[in-house]
Amino acid sequence: MSELALTPSQTAGPYLTIGLVDGPITNRLVDESDPRAIRISGVVLDGAGDPVVDGMVEIWQANAAGRLAHPADDRDEVPLEDGFRGFGRSDTVDAGRFEFVTVKPGRVPWVDGRLQAPHLLIGVFARGLLKRVATRMYFPDEARANAEDPVLLGLEPEERAPLVASAMDGALRFDVILQGTGQTTFFAM
Amino acid sequence: MRRETAFSRISDAALTDADSPLLYPDYVSTRLRAPLHPLVVVPSSLSELTGPVDGDHSLTETDADLTRQHAGDPLGQRIIVTGRVLGSDGKPLRGQLVEIWQANAAGRYDHVVDTWNAPLDRNFTGGGRCVTDDDGTYRFVTVMPGAYPWGNHPNAWRPRHIHFSLFGRAFTERLITQMYFPGDPLFPFDPIFNSIRDEQARERLVSIFAMELTRPEWALGFRFDIVLGGREATPLEGPHDE
Repeated sequence: MSELALTPSQTAGPYLTIGLVDGPITNRLVDESDPRAIRISGVVLDGAGDPVVDGMVEIWQANAAGRLAHPADDRDEVPLEDGFRGFGRSDTVDAGRFEFVTVKPGRVPWVDGRLQAPHLLIGVFARGLLKRVATRMYFPDEARANAEDPVLLGLEPEERAPLVASAMDGALRFDVILQGTGQTTFFAM
Repeated sequence: MRRETAFSRISDAALTDADSPLLYPDYVSTRLRAPLHPLVVVPSSLSELTGPVDGDHSLTETDADLTRQHAGDPLGQRIIVTGRVLGSDGKPLRGQLVEIWQANAAGRYDHVVDTWNAPLDRNFTGGGRCVTDDDGTYRFVTVMPGAYPWGNHPNAWRPRHIHFSLFGRAFTERLITQMYFPGDPLFPFDPIFNSIRDEQARERLVSIFAMELTRPEWALGFRFDIVLGGREATPLEGPHDE
């Protein structure tokens, strides 16, 4: 089988908002009036603890029933939801802060059939990142599901803790620490 | 919690020369932003093997023609940039959203953070979008971006480039990169370009001047093909107990 060589990654640089923000992809995956709507926000911090104000955060997730809006998820017994794509992006221009309005995803099976805990995949781009860094966000009110999540179970406790959001004022708080104390656990992609 | 599986870790040192490292000190901004803990390698589940299917955006012709987004023509050399988006298996990726952004012909970005002393162009914003056709082909009309200075080191200049954003077929295939122009004299001095150690891999970021794409009396043509793929799924080492 002949494999074509991949195009390498390069940094998105400091001006990514020109091409990537204010386009068709937004940080509102559902309308705020949706009774299921949840708000997720956080800041992206560098190794000096300073906010990364020129970055972009993207999320990818299943719908509330646990179905991913993609042809590879062919579990027809789990309903798709009209208009919910499961993808969003937010800039970090406001003091490194990103925000999403979405729904809590349902559970998606892992490679061995066990159910994963509800989670979002998160990608971060910025000046100084030569390629995307990727992590997962889990939910603080899912202690039982988190305790049996196959990805969390494979991590050391200090790697696990930064992946669980915290509940604050009716919203979820999830900070991304690129480097240094409390660094977010990032996954190879 | 009982630890059931142990995932392997991969550090920059283990990357092939064709991959981008996270820490590349010559590119000063990586020093405080590159994660320093090795990346955790987990098998790709349905979560990672899916991703946004982006062909359904209602884009207009001017989204792909950056020279027609304002009342007048932008200054600079008009160019056509086109190519195919392919999977690593060679299959064309159709219906893919392709997003680009770039500096104007003077090397200035229409962005509040860019304050260097080159003129803005009221007829050029520098952002574009299109969706690939059934052959995986995208096509933009724009102007040749200028080189520009940046603060990385004394007398640092970025080679002319256009930023490209692509999705692929899965979250793992998401890519943001930069397209360069052939023969740029600034290549040897640019730490971002040279962060990829393998020369052939760097060359994959350089577009090809194509006479057959060049339109008489109108615009020069450049070809830039893009190949997307994720890493191979890695088998589990476990399960085992600690």
